Amino acid sequence: MAITVPRPDLNWRERMFLPAIAAGLAITIKHFKNMIFCRTKVTMEYPEEKWDPHLPDHYRGAPALVRDSDGRVRCVACQLCEFICPPRAIKIIPGEISKNDRFAKVEKYPDEFDIDMIRCIYCGMCEEVCPEQAIFLRKDYAITGFTREDMVHHKDKLLEIGGVIHGVVLKWNQKK
Amino acid sequence: MDYFFIGTSLLKIVCLLGFVLGLMNYAVYAERRVSALIQDRLGPNRVGFAGLLQPIADAGKFLLKEQFTPAHVNKLYYWLAPCLAMIPAVITMSVIPFGSTLFGVPMVIADVNVGILFVFAIASLGVYGIVLGGWASNSKYPFLGGMRSSSQMISYELSLGLSVIPIFLLVGNLRLTYVVQYQVEHGWLVAPFVGDWTNPGNWLLAIPMLISFVVFMIAVLAETNRLPFDLPEAEQELAGGYHTEYASMKFGLFFLGEYIAMITGSGIITTLFLGGWHFPGIPDGSHGWVFGLINIVVFFAKVCALMFFMMWVRWTLPRFRWDQLMRLGWLFFFEIALVNIFLVAIILAYFKF
Repeated sequence: MAITVPRPDLNWRERMFLPAIAAGLAITIKHFKNMIFCRTKVTMEYPEEKWDPHLPDHYRGAPALVRDSDGRVRCVACQLCEFICPPRAIKIIPGEISKNDRFAKVEKYPDEFDIDMIRCIYCGMCEEVCPEQAIFLRKDYAITGFTREDMVHHKDKLLEIGGVIHGVVLKWNQKK
Repeated sequence: MDYFFIGTSLLKIVCLLGFVLGLMNYAVYAERRVSALIQDRLGPNRVGFAGLLQPIADAGKFLLKEQFTPAHVNKLYYWLAPCLAMIPAVITMSVIPFGSTLFGVPMVIADVNVGILFVFAIASLGVYGIVLGGWASNSKYPFLGGMRSSSQMISYELSLGLSVIPIFLLVGNLRLTYVVQYQVEHGWLVAPFVGDWTNPGNWLLAIPMLISFVVFMIAVLAETNRLPFDLPEAEQELAGGYHTEYASMKFGLFFLGEYIAMITGSGIITTLFLGGWHFPGIPDGSHGWVFGLINIVVFFAKVCALMFFMMWVRWTLPRFRWDQLMRLGWLFFFEIALVNIFLVAIILAYFKF
């Protein structure tokens, strides 16, 4: 059924629209004035002012590999993140840990760990799927480069972003 | 024909054209900043100090872009249209007295005795640029924009012409310098607080002059395709209207033509209603070149204030629907302007100015 929208019945002053136009002009000039005298502060001027101190803890920035308090790269090259990654941004080449290493029972380590930051969609699935708490999404968001090669984060770069993490489960310690 | 006249005229042409082109560039910048500030944004503030070099960057971008001509257009008219949109607006500047005198030289390029008629004659040519641009583009949206533009301009030309007749009933001369001179002696037409302002007839006349001023102002907004009358370009409905198919400097010319038309329109309003270069208490250029310069500054300050008003209106009011626009033009402004002529005629006959 068609609904007839009732038109408001305007008196002659409202039908001239001049008071309404004047009211509109008053509103816009008020905004203009407040901006001129810096009373309105909405825009954050990016390169000078940044979000960084206000980023929430759950912010999903660039993914990064971490070392634990023993200085070991926590990644065991299980390649789960490589499989889960929706845009297939991660490429891992596993290497074998030598027998006389302190962490020999871990058996594998990532020989190469590349994340193509052009592909990465910052979904955080790698972090979610990782059984070793080895990959985390950090707060870096300004990922830039001049070439496509620049945009691929290799293992060194990932570890540099990640740094050392404390207070996580250390399941490969000798005592266990 | 003496060489002094030719020399000073050339100098005036070069200076005024250069100044107006610069003013137009900064009008674009001002438009962007004003719109931004009204909407609680910042606007372009990166290029140079507070973004003051932005117009130069824009011009450089326009000039360096590819001069692309689509295959389906009518080449001759496609290339002609931007020039036709720009040139009339520039030519109109020539009859506007932008100052009193400087070193004894009158500050108007061509002091023709048909001043306002010349302005209307040339300004109406501006519609050809838009119509040709819309038609030559050979595509739907520009065509609709061109059609809208032609009907809108014809409709509002009527109220534009009729609303200035009261002035010339009062002043009795079409020469624009004479209109300004009259206002110097008798007070500004919309605000006669200078000259013989104690005369009640003067104040009574200010009422129809105010009506004229409002009608003329709105008609100028419509003539220059400014919001709330920007139906020919209507970004949201027509994807840019008559300049949809244009790019690079050809689009730039349309754009700049619109802003020069704004400057010219403001200049005419200033000349006709707001006392031109006159400011209460400041004598004209015959008392020294400093005053001549101040008069020019006063004129352009008034022009800038009017242009700010146009921008303010643009970022406040929404666009009219097409039938509302036509209804407003033909049923209200036309009648108001017509009645206003009779009103002024009666006042003039009764008070015998």
